[in-house]
Amino acid sequence: MKIKEIAEILQATPVTPNVDFEREVHTACGSDMMSDVLAYVKNQSVLITGLNNPQVVRTADMMDMVCIVFVRGKKPDEQILTLAQERHIAVFTSELTMFTACGKLYEQGLRGGESHG
Amino acid sequence: MAEVITLEYTVPGDDFTRAGEASADMKSRLKKLGLPADVVRRAAIALYEGEINLAIHAHGGCICVTVSEGVIKMVLADKGPGIENIALAMSEGYSTAPDEVRSLGFGAGMGLPNMKKYSDVFDIESTVGVGTTIQMEVNIS
Ligand SMILES: Nc1ncnc2c1ncn2[C@@H]1O[C@H](COP(=O)(O)OP(=O)(O)OP(=O)(O)O)[C@@H](O)[C@H]1O
Ligand SMILES: [Mg+2]
Repeated sequence: MKIKEIAEILQATPVTPNVDFEREVHTACGSDMMSDVLAYVKNQSVLITGLNNPQVVRTADMMDMVCIVFVRGKKPDEQILTLAQERHIAVFTSELTMFTACGKLYEQGLRGGESHG
Repeated sequence: MAEVITLEYTVPGDDFTRAGEASADMKSRLKKLGLPADVVRRAAIALYEGEINLAIHAHGGCICVTVSEGVIKMVLADKGPGIENIALAMSEGYSTAPDEVRSLGFGAGMGLPNMKKYSDVFDIESTVGVGTTIQMEVNIS
């Protein structure tokens, strides 16, 4: 699935500049607990979260993720967006809840991928 | 790579938003050295978990990383409260993190087990009232 499709499916708004909408992603992970993302996730490229702080970007960066979607209408602040830009991570916001966002993406073929723990 | 590279960082104890800066810096430096992506990722995650622990459990501390032929060594040292029962702290799900830390997305009790899992050598020493030192190694190959 392309980043472009993720944005469409989640009716999400890009909030970082220069998003590569054509970039292919295959797997995603949804969590508000960064500890769990770090513990159980492997090779996912999209992070869907309702947590809104700089550690979300740090965590995504550590895991080599390329895209973050903030759900439940969470609006990341300037500091978070600058950090994401520095790390070349595309950031979107969506009004959908976590459950609905993950469900819609799954329905369209995005998968959770390999996990270990 | 013949020469040894040393990186040193001070982790502030009162600024949660800055926790992770050291790990992010190490990660980009390791990448620039051309080390394999999975090696870089394992080292970065292990260090990041340790760095977060320094910030939330130990009022800050210091990190020293050395990269030499074949191995990344990371040492985290603090003068925090120390850990009374290391075996318990190492078990998955054990956490003394307050609700405030949980609301920031941490405190699942997965950090130390994770650090052990992602590193090839893991050693922890701690004395209550004195501090904690963790040494980790990630093999490059
Ligand atoms: N540097 C440290 N100084 C003092 N206590 C520590 C330190 N690191 C860890 N601990 C103790 O060990 C417990 C377990 O640590 P661990 O990193 O596994 O989990 P956590 O930090 O509570 O949650 P998570 O890492 O999942 O966000 C902590 O809750 C804390 O009580
Ligand atoms: Mg921890």
